Amino acid sequence: MPRATVSKALQETSFYGAVAFFFVLAAFPFYWMVITSFKTNSDLYNVTNIPFWFNDPPTLEHFRYLFENTLFTTWLLNSLIIGLCVTAITLVTALPAAYSLARLTGRNGEALGIGIFLTYLVPPTLLFLPLSRVVAGLGLQNSMWALVVVYPTFTIPFCTWLLMGFFKALPPEIEEAAIVDGCSLFGAFIKMAIPLSLPGILTVVIFTFTLTLQEFVYALTFVSASAQKPITLGVATDLIRGDIFYWGEIMAGALIASIPVAIAYNLFLDRFISGITGGAVK
Amino acid sequence: MVSIAEPIAKPATPLRFILDRREVLGSLFVAPAILYVLLLVGVPFLLALYYSVSAYTIYDPSWRFVGLENFADILENPVFLQTLGNTFVFTFGSQIIGLILGKFGALLLLRPFRGRRIVRALVILPWAVPIALATVAWEWMFDSLYSVINWTLIALGIVTRSEAPNWLGTPHLAMLSVIVVNAWRFFPFAIVIFLAGITAIPQDVLDAATVDGAGFWRRNYQIIVPMILPIVAVGLIFGTVFTFTDLSIVFLMTMGGPVGATSVLGFSGFQTGINSGDVSHGAAISLFMLPVLFVVVVAMLRFIRRREI
Repeated sequence: MPRATVSKALQETSFYGAVAFFFVLAAFPFYWMVITSFKTNSDLYNVTNIPFWFNDPPTLEHFRYLFENTLFTTWLLNSLIIGLCVTAITLVTALPAAYSLARLTGRNGEALGIGIFLTYLVPPTLLFLPLSRVVAGLGLQNSMWALVVVYPTFTIPFCTWLLMGFFKALPPEIEEAAIVDGCSLFGAFIKMAIPLSLPGILTVVIFTFTLTLQEFVYALTFVSASAQKPITLGVATDLIRGDIFYWGEIMAGALIASIPVAIAYNLFLDRFISGITGGAVK
Repeated sequence: MVSIAEPIAKPATPLRFILDRREVLGSLFVAPAILYVLLLVGVPFLLALYYSVSAYTIYDPSWRFVGLENFADILENPVFLQTLGNTFVFTFGSQIIGLILGKFGALLLLRPFRGRRIVRALVILPWAVPIALATVAWEWMFDSLYSVINWTLIALGIVTRSEAPNWLGTPHLAMLSVIVVNAWRFFPFAIVIFLAGITAIPQDVLDAATVDGAGFWRRNYQIIVPMILPIVAVGLIFGTVFTFTDLSIVFLMTMGGPVGATSVLGFSGFQTGINSGDVSHGAAISLFMLPVLFVVVVAMLRFIRRREI
């Protein structure tokens, strides 16, 4: 049956063609980051060169410049400190809150949980003006510590919601058994609920960290001193001198900052989705 | 010897008493989170409302009440009306493209094939990577002189070098560019949302429908679409909120230009309120997002409540 074979082959070709289209669409800008960051300047800024591959041998010049002549390492460190502090604040507030809303407050807890989650939808571009006054009032203008104070406004709602789901999925009998054995309610939370929801806590840690790395609007608004910038802001706005963009360095910095987030997302994607859709499907 | 463990009666300290009361511990546990959100989301939100009806600027921090004057000023400004229109074009343009790409992408990824995991992992990237960093990569791809897109168009003989498009320097092309970048960032999210919805449909429901004589289209539009609607709606809500209020793509790629062609609400609020220090007008501009957000929140509540039935 040659006709069936032909139509089957056609179908297969168009299927893989479509897959290839999505593959290129998603990945090309990252390929572009990689190739730009390893090209020499004379290769980059020559319109007659074929841009898709190396015309000169690849170079580490941009990475060297980035680490030695720019504040890149400072930005990396700033982002790390901001991420760790925000994660700590988020865990300390969201863990008990989620447990309380899932277990202790009954029917009202669900409504309150939805209320907290909805604050996640209040956009930075609505709050940045008053928050910049608040930040100035705290004496934190132009400091990365402003971000440590402000970032939990979106990580706490998101993580409370995510953790609520985890606590609800735990069988309550385990904590009840602990209480019968003489544990206090508080003790049951510390000794039973927290160890049992470690996967959930890990998810929250990863996502809090990536959310702080992805944030741009607050960082742009509150921090203008180069040495205080987190990595995303630094790479996107600080590697430009006047009108000249240091494309090699910008792409190298963007690449380094993107890799950990990309890996984290791929590992924890399913949990993120069930968190964000709030169980809109069973 | 067998000794039966006697439960040791712990002294009933006041602390222990508090920690054992469900309502008390429940309130204590939830209080820090609620306080944080109230102080740093609730209060600033009220402040934003007040700024918008006051004469507050960073040079003259007066709390003088001026009523709706700021809103009147803004609405008289034709540039603002353009910004408002741009925001809708930007939002709906990129959501529609993102959703279409998302639906097709999801259909492709539903079918098992060699390398599916790798394709899936790579397709997630646009959404995972910090948008500011991906945006600078796109800015570089749209560069007026070294654009790889233009190079390809010229190499294919579609345009000549002298008439190659200046993507970010021509009003309509600049709008198209920011929409493309935002759709690009959003479509992996749409794929994931569609996949989550479709894979959650029990196979026996589809089998039962097939047995009852439902064809492909009927299954698609009378079973699959209604069943994935809640989850797609939630995804769309997130996409709409984050796009409608976005600032980073426009800020990094076009600075609202050329001549305001890509200025959106978030950017305009930033420029007026932060760069020019005119806090009251900036706040008023940002508040134009509120009606849309309100609609979105109501929709969100509907869908979250529905799942409990």
